[in-house]
Amino acid sequence: MDIFLIVFLVVQVLIITLAVTTGFAYLTWYERRLLARFQNRVGPNRAGPLGLLQPVADAVKLFFKEDVIPTASDKVVYLLAPVLAVMTAIVIWAVIPFGCFNLNGDHTACFDPARRDEVWNALQVAEVNIGILFILAVTSIGVYGITLAGWASNSKYAMLGGIRASAQLISYELAFGMAVLSVVMFGGTLSTWEIVLAQEGLWFFFPLILGFLLFMISATAELVRTPFDLVEAEQELTSGYNTEYGSMKFALFFMSEYIKMIAMSAIATTLFLGGWRFPGLETLGDGVAALAGPWPAAIIVGLVSLGSFLLKVAMFLFMLVWLRASWPRMRYDQLMQFGWKSLLPLAILNLVMIPVVVVLVPDNRYIQTAILFVLGIAAIFGAARIGGRGRVKSKVELVQPVAEGKQASAASSAPASQQTSGVAS
Amino acid sequence: MDLVVQIMFGVTGLLILGAAFMVVSVRNIIHAALWLITCFFGIAMLYLLLQAEFLAIVQILLYIGAVAVLVLFAVMLTRQIDDPDEPVLFQRWRSTLLITAILFAAVLVPTIYNHNWLIFADPQPAFAGPRELGFAFMNAYLLPFQIAAVLLLAALVGAIIIAMEDQEQRRVRVLTLAEEVALRGEREPSPPTRPANPQPASSSSNPTPPPAPEQAGEGA
Repeated sequence: MDIFLIVFLVVQVLIITLAVTTGFAYLTWYERRLLARFQNRVGPNRAGPLGLLQPVADAVKLFFKEDVIPTASDKVVYLLAPVLAVMTAIVIWAVIPFGCFNLNGDHTACFDPARRDEVWNALQVAEVNIGILFILAVTSIGVYGITLAGWASNSKYAMLGGIRASAQLISYELAFGMAVLSVVMFGGTLSTWEIVLAQEGLWFFFPLILGFLLFMISATAELVRTPFDLVEAEQELTSGYNTEYGSMKFALFFMSEYIKMIAMSAIATTLFLGGWRFPGLETLGDGVAALAGPWPAAIIVGLVSLGSFLLKVAMFLFMLVWLRASWPRMRYDQLMQFGWKSLLPLAILNLVMIPVVVVLVPDNRYIQTAILFVLGIAAIFGAARIGGRGRVKSKVELVQPVAEGKQASAASSAPASQQTSGVAS
Repeated sequence: MDLVVQIMFGVTGLLILGAAFMVVSVRNIIHAALWLITCFFGIAMLYLLLQAEFLAIVQILLYIGAVAVLVLFAVMLTRQIDDPDEPVLFQRWRSTLLITAILFAAVLVPTIYNHNWLIFADPQPAFAGPRELGFAFMNAYLLPFQIAAVLLLAALVGAIIIAMEDQEQRRVRVLTLAEEVALRGEREPSPPTRPANPQPASSSSNPTPPPAPEQAGEGA
């Protein structure tokens, strides 16, 4: 029995790793198609129906490229860096519950925190009592891949990208951790499983709206995606830390970035949108159990919960792509100012607000939620007012008045739009 | 199962000792930092073997995720400081070794042998969990906890004061070349402020300070 459990675990891990890697491949397709839509293009549509074989073609191309190691690089660290990056991206998945398929054949145990021992969940690898801390620890190790890649390449561009990356990740990790802590405070547990169960009837999105906003901003910064992607700003750093990487090693960095993107979406789903929960899921399980017995009910609950989880993750991924399509890149000083002067004070305010409300207001989740929701919205708008004050409003004039005949010719030679740097903010 | 745990303990111990040795013996300072991280990982594994998952994860979160990242970051910002000609060993290493060996034998070994280690025969899951640790910090050990917090705050304030620039000398933005020239022009009568400015041998016969635009070019 012991050996069987170990084999089962290994198979589970293999399946999740493969699924996540496939998810990465298709996320690139999803992103490229969506970006094309946003920019009024078509996007990859040649390989297979709707371009669905494009990721396969890309993978084959990357596999057959020449594997180059720069002579001036530090070889061991150079090879270690992409491995570290991918490893941390995949390990996060260990504690995330994708759903609840109870292999003991009893779906009701899925919804009861007290009956944790009766659940043998096929859709979660490890249920540890410190799952949230595990996620924080693993994301904090993720910096190494990027930093070491920048250093080991022995190239100025890569080095600058690596230094920028580590400064950015260290700065935003604080706000990220505090946003996650707000969930821990409100849910009263560090286990991902119990956090999902604690969101019965009330997703944490509503009481923790400020925490959710902080989480999404700092998660985007942790993922080094637009508007925080100055780590790999093509125009100034060629491609940042992975400039000297080619072939499959570059693909590994690419992969770690997209797997982290899916993982962040999954974490956001678990923490704020009720994880695999879906309204009416328990009723559905009860109904199927009454009609067809406990086993079909367990299977149906497993499938529906997995589906709802994936749906929510896909929604977050869509939001991330949307963000990339519509936001310009921040400047480095703006990034640091925003992280330390805006995001961190808000995160601290959030951490003070939640325990005060939870302790002062009598034991009613809905009253607490209402107060916290109002306070959170007020804090967001207040911060926007304070942050927006004193900023130079940029004057963007796309069309020059035609009346001045002299200036019309001058305007045609020089660009009429006078964009100041304030636009990027 | 017990044998497996013992083998893992041995391997982890060897890993920690080996990594610690590499930290002090490797020439490349980034490699030394990496070995330090390996050493931290080994210690986290030891905590896991002791069934203190919380401590293990906190070890990774704080030491590997924060402290070592900052070490690496600081090392990357400095110039290449590993000089291959410089000996790794300190000159009087024999006497140092003797003193540390005597101290180890006189202080640490008796302590380790005489201490009553709290090792439970069977697993005690709730011993070092987050809930228990939180209660301990907020009840029994409240005073040490708060004193440590004040100490850290003092260190934080000290770091800020050291890093804080003089308000007058602070530059809001990078100056343009023309502004730089104008700024240097104002200070022209005073001798060049940079004493470390190396004078090329050819211009050593010329006692006048280098022309202002050249300096401005360096500054900008």
